[in-house]
Amino acid sequence: MERLRFATVGSVDDGKSTLIGRLLYDSKSIFEDQLEHIETVSKRRGTDYVDLSLLTDGLRAEREQGITIDVAYRYFATPQRSFIIADCPGHIQYTRNMITGASNVDLAIVLVDARTGIVEQTRRHSLLASLLGVPHLVICVNKMDLVDWSPDAFHDIREEFEDFASRLSLRDVTFLPISALLGDNVVSRSPNLTWFEGPTLLHHLENVYTASDDNRVDARFPVQYVIRPQRAEHHDYRGYSGRVAGGVFRVGDDVMVLPSGLTSTITAIDTPDGPVSEAGPGHAVTLLLADDLSIARGDMICRPNNRPRQSQSLEAMLCWMDDAAALQPDRIYSIKHTTKLARAKVTDVLYRLNISTLHRETGVSNLALNEIGRVELHTTAPLFFDDYHANRTTGSFILVDEHSGQTCAAGMLLSPRT
Amino acid sequence: MKSALRSLVDESVTIIREVAAEFERPVMLFSGGKDSVVMLHLAVRAFAPARVPFPVMHIDTGHNFAEVIEFRDRTVAALDVRLIVGSVQASIDAGKVQDAVGPRASRNPLQTVTLLDSIAEHRFDAVFGGARRDEERARAKERVYSFRDSFGQWDPKTQRPELWGIYNGRHKPGEHFRIFPLSNWTELDIWRFVQQYDIELPSIYFAHRRRVFRRDGMLMAESPFLQAEPGETVSEQTVRFRTVGDATCTAAIESTATTIDHVIAETAAARVTERGATRADDRISEAGMEDRKKQGYF
Repeated sequence: MERLRFATVGSVDDGKSTLIGRLLYDSKSIFEDQLEHIETVSKRRGTDYVDLSLLTDGLRAEREQGITIDVAYRYFATPQRSFIIADCPGHIQYTRNMITGASNVDLAIVLVDARTGIVEQTRRHSLLASLLGVPHLVICVNKMDLVDWSPDAFHDIREEFEDFASRLSLRDVTFLPISALLGDNVVSRSPNLTWFEGPTLLHHLENVYTASDDNRVDARFPVQYVIRPQRAEHHDYRGYSGRVAGGVFRVGDDVMVLPSGLTSTITAIDTPDGPVSEAGPGHAVTLLLADDLSIARGDMICRPNNRPRQSQSLEAMLCWMDDAAALQPDRIYSIKHTTKLARAKVTDVLYRLNISTLHRETGVSNLALNEIGRVELHTTAPLFFDDYHANRTTGSFILVDEHSGQTCAAGMLLSPRT
Repeated sequence: MKSALRSLVDESVTIIREVAAEFERPVMLFSGGKDSVVMLHLAVRAFAPARVPFPVMHIDTGHNFAEVIEFRDRTVAALDVRLIVGSVQASIDAGKVQDAVGPRASRNPLQTVTLLDSIAEHRFDAVFGGARRDEERARAKERVYSFRDSFGQWDPKTQRPELWGIYNGRHKPGEHFRIFPLSNWTELDIWRFVQQYDIELPSIYFAHRRRVFRRDGMLMAESPFLQAEPGETVSEQTVRFRTVGDATCTAAIESTATTIDHVIAETAAARVTERGATRADDRISEAGMEDRKKQGYF
């Protein structure tokens, strides 16, 4: 059984919480005590139906202070797949929320109200999904019951979205008409939507093809931890642990270690399940090499004829996430990229991206909370990286405020402009 | 192909190694409960053939199921890890906390003080816990790397965004992190791992005969630390435990599941969450876990 991670983005008004409640309820993933709890609360609040949105209701701290804590995670499974939902709230701090929740998902669901169609928020969410390289996007046209299940309303929204999305780099977009409140086309097919020939939402989630989403070409292995047992029976064992960030490593492969540039051959691959002959993207493994090289955490193992870029001068799309302080050019931050820790400063803000209009605003010198811009950085040590759109692992980094310790920015590395 | 369980193992092992690489003094909480057993086995596999490079710690309320303590000692010996015991009784004797009294008293909340004292005493900077996000609403919003200030407090409002697989463990002396490598596991995933990797668990997870009585709709086990009140009837029944905690606040369920296969079938068909069914401590209020977590609870 496979696992699919997906994000739901949108505001409360879009029916996002109701949709999640519906998926959990109709797939029988809700337990009796949870149902009892929301029935009690619904009754206390005077709602005359069981309010499924209460299933995703948050902490008391959120209710009392009217704030939204960025992302909540939900889990459910069907016989086909198990699912992790990253539930990203809309309105407030939507950019930070969505980037946090959607950074590593396979798929994102964007909700559109059938009555209002594509709104500014739809465009923002889709742009962020595009920037983050989310492989699959689902536009759920919700509240179809309130437009009399009209095929025209659905098709108009679809056309308008496709027109806008032609300017983005979205790989796979699916449009589905649903009613989250009534359950139409979420888990079961709908008698009200007989004109719609596509799948239900759950069917799509169970069957969307994700096997080709990983980069299986460019072999990348950031060294995370060196295993050297101080035990007599494993005296000569020296293994390099980490998670394969791209490509496939096989026993017998020639490899190169960066930054040293030294080469060797893989003699064995150990995993939590024992030795294997090959390891692909996402696998946590330990590589053993034929030669006794000096290799440390933060080094990168790759193939001699396919190396990542290597530089201390970088360009990136940077999303600022710290509410305490805006980006200060020339201030020094910590940078964490794969398993490598260094220091960095932003030397130039090339432009700020208006995420509603896609307009590039030049002449700006900093980035405030939730703002996204293209920047130049310099780091104290070279990074071994790929363009984010070729590899989400070796193409991403975070900046950390050295004083407060906060994660203040998320970055996606890009090829320098020519 | 990546199976769901395999992806979970890869993710957890990566988190455990990352902490071992980045922190100076990690420790792994180990109660003998199934989640902590799975977490410890993942740690063993993360560093094999080397030893696990950090100790494990049990916060012992003194109100234990005897089977679990015996299992704990046997397991750490077999897996060659060092065990530290933080004793709630010692905290009581030192006058740091007052023992709970009365027929419904539980030492469960007192564990927070002993835990924080033990963290300070050993200067631990990273504390692995076996909590899962599917357990409870407050935990659904928890980070994998969860920052704690010098009072051990969790502040849900200032959690650091956690993106891709990049974790930020930056902290000052006296602050620490709780690390949750099993964040994305569900109860069923835990059992599937136990089955697939043939992991031994304390015997009380499987159906056995035990003297129990009903209280607040839950089946409580009679023990030296917990007796029936007048009006509550003790009888011997066939039961098992879905969670293992302090003996005074962990309830049993009626079950005839004597093997892992039976337990998995039962768990897949369960209609009540594990904490809802068996944890008296979560029933205190709507936000019971949230409040305890803020003060530094597991």
